[in-house]
Amino acid sequence: MIGLLAAATEASINWHTVIFYVTALVACGFAVLVATTNNIVRMAFALIVCLAAASGLLFLAGAYFVGAMQLMIYVGGTVVLLIFGVMLTAQKAFITMQTKGGDWILGLLVGGTLLAILVQLAFLVPQWQSSDYQAKADMNLATYVDKLEQQLTEGQEITQPQRDELARLEILATDGMPQRTGEIGLALVGVRADQGTRPDEKGLAGYLLPFEIVSIHLLVVLVGAAFLARAKRHHAGGATR
Amino acid sequence: MGEYFAGWLPSGWDFLGYTLAAFVQAFLLVNVIALGAFVFIWAERKVSGRIQDRLGPTRTGGAFGWLQSLADGIKLLSKEDLMPKDADPILFRIAPYVSFAASFAAFMALPFASGWVALPLNIGLFFLIAVLGLEVFGVILAGYSSGSKWSLFGAMRQAAQVVSYEVPLGICVVVPLMICGTMDLVAIGDQQRGWFTNWLIFHDPFIFVVFWVYFTCAVASVNRAPFDLAEAESELVAGFLTEYSGMRWSLFFMAEYGSMILVSILAAILFFGGWNGPIPVFSSMMDAYPNYFGNCWWFTTFANVAGVLNILIKASVGVIAMMWIRWTFPRLRVDQVITMCLKYCVPIAAVCLLGVMFWTALGVPFLNDLVPAQDRSLVREEWLDEGDRRADRRIEMIEQKIATSQEGGVE
Amino acid sequence: MSFLCEPIGLSHYLAVGAFLFVTGIVCMATKRNALGILMGIELVLNGAILNFVGFASPYFRDENLGLDGHMIALFVIVLAAAEAAVALAIALNFYNNHATIDVDRANELKG
Repeated sequence: MIGLLAAATEASINWHTVIFYVTALVACGFAVLVATTNNIVRMAFALIVCLAAASGLLFLAGAYFVGAMQLMIYVGGTVVLLIFGVMLTAQKAFITMQTKGGDWILGLLVGGTLLAILVQLAFLVPQWQSSDYQAKADMNLATYVDKLEQQLTEGQEITQPQRDELARLEILATDGMPQRTGEIGLALVGVRADQGTRPDEKGLAGYLLPFEIVSIHLLVVLVGAAFLARAKRHHAGGATR
Repeated sequence: MGEYFAGWLPSGWDFLGYTLAAFVQAFLLVNVIALGAFVFIWAERKVSGRIQDRLGPTRTGGAFGWLQSLADGIKLLSKEDLMPKDADPILFRIAPYVSFAASFAAFMALPFASGWVALPLNIGLFFLIAVLGLEVFGVILAGYSSGSKWSLFGAMRQAAQVVSYEVPLGICVVVPLMICGTMDLVAIGDQQRGWFTNWLIFHDPFIFVVFWVYFTCAVASVNRAPFDLAEAESELVAGFLTEYSGMRWSLFFMAEYGSMILVSILAAILFFGGWNGPIPVFSSMMDAYPNYFGNCWWFTTFANVAGVLNILIKASVGVIAMMWIRWTFPRLRVDQVITMCLKYCVPIAAVCLLGVMFWTALGVPFLNDLVPAQDRSLVREEWLDEGDRRADRRIEMIEQKIATSQEGGVE
Repeated sequence: MSFLCEPIGLSHYLAVGAFLFVTGIVCMATKRNALGILMGIELVLNGAILNFVGFASPYFRDENLGLDGHMIALFVIVLAAAEAAVALAIALNFYNNHATIDVDRANELKG
């Protein structure tokens, strides 16, 4: 996708930007729908679309693994769980619940203020307002190609390392850096492939301990949630089991 | 493909080339689903007929009734499109499209031959499983918005079933991923080149078991009998489909058949060598004459067309097996479905995962090592190859430029 | 439409993240359905994920967070799943005991 858009940079319109705006608009629009609609089922549907669009934004930022993870766990797991809860508690009275006007005014006041401050802060740093990644990558590639051309006119052959370097620059200029998956996997077992050769160069940089803590946490949550959800039945029908 | 089309157009308009390429790919993928559904609905009627000692359709379109699906489609199109009074109008209309879109989106990352994939992703397998899980939303929304208790029960069962079966399915697809060391489906397929003993299912005894667990979970996750509790006719009228008719109903049906084809192709890629046939006709020729056949574009294309045929045949076997199962086994009860998942599939898959891990780590030889075709670790992910191809093209361009400039200098 | 010709920067991601965050806050503040509040929390967490990935992306800054941003986003996603499971269990328990899902009526300990 990014490769497609990168090639369109010569034209006046930046297609990466266009797709970003479309996806962001979908995400924001359905987020507003989540906040405004009173029907809990429509809220759930809007949340699905919003989270899927957010995962599209993650893909656009080059975080392929995180984006797919968001689709799988967030959209495919967490939201299904929420909808399951919605269905278990679905009675006419609870599907649509009106909010008091005062709550709305207060919420919008606080939310609007927060939004104004945050957006202003986001655009405060001039370096963040635009990206020169594509221009820089194209320039690096062009200079390297010029260097190779120079070398070839002088009659020297292109060596294999030079070929690899050219391939790397080509990937950076077209596909970006989608190759993070293996590094993420290694980081989870405590090896940082992206930082130096030895792991002790930058101290404890791996994520082995957080990973283990999260695993234990998930296990505890699983048991706890099962216990909480069963508690009532245990009291009522305890004698029969 | 996008670059090929973009080359035709003047600079500044090259985005049209990419759009055209996207349309061509989308058209081909839609046809895979639509024609697949067309063929397999007819096949399902014939298979079920034969299993029940009947003939199945015989009249429409000749001796085998092969136009039966078309007749069905026309009937569905002309049906009245009803919506219950209690239904939530927006969600009721959207639900079939959600289901179909999820099923279709998963096809994007699915390769049909070496390098023939609409969206080359280095996390293709993960993306595919993730998107396949989204299909449940169509069913849930349909059941919920219909305003009928049968539909709601169907949707609830579906939600519980899909969330449960995603766990063993995930463990099962991790096993081939672990052996291949990549999530790129093209690389996984290419690693199984050579004789059929190189297929991953013959890697060790554990993965052989894993395949059957995968098949069970795949049948459950695409909501086919004996796991079709969401539309159990004997208990729930038609489950989440109760209030649907006409075109919207047929969209759900297409999505179901699309998912069936999808999980079958995925099984073929993960366990049965993908586009590599049982006898390596093309790949051995490429290996024998790397300078002639290996670099020749028409021969590679020809091999890929044969690969597409290969993968479609393997997928058809999977789909027919699903039909066979559907018309042979009685439907499970809802508690049996969950028991099956949590008490059998998950433990078996987990034990097999450990088994494959130790088997690979210890390097115990098995059928894969009978006729090894290549070193697996040399097969690289698609984006690396793409970078190499671009670099080669760039160097060729430079050489051409130098050659022309030297000619100019001589004159 | 000159903004379509400029490449987007980190600010745009931060703005979208801020928007999701604020909508989530408003959603949490105004909904009376316990599950609606949970959905608001999901939106807030998504805003955070967008920020982390934006800071981690090599497209926007040279000195990016890199892998750390991706890892933290992953942990956020996993913890959100855990949080949703527990919160859902609590909500269902509340529903079982009180036959309502309206959080405004969870006021039994009120003095």
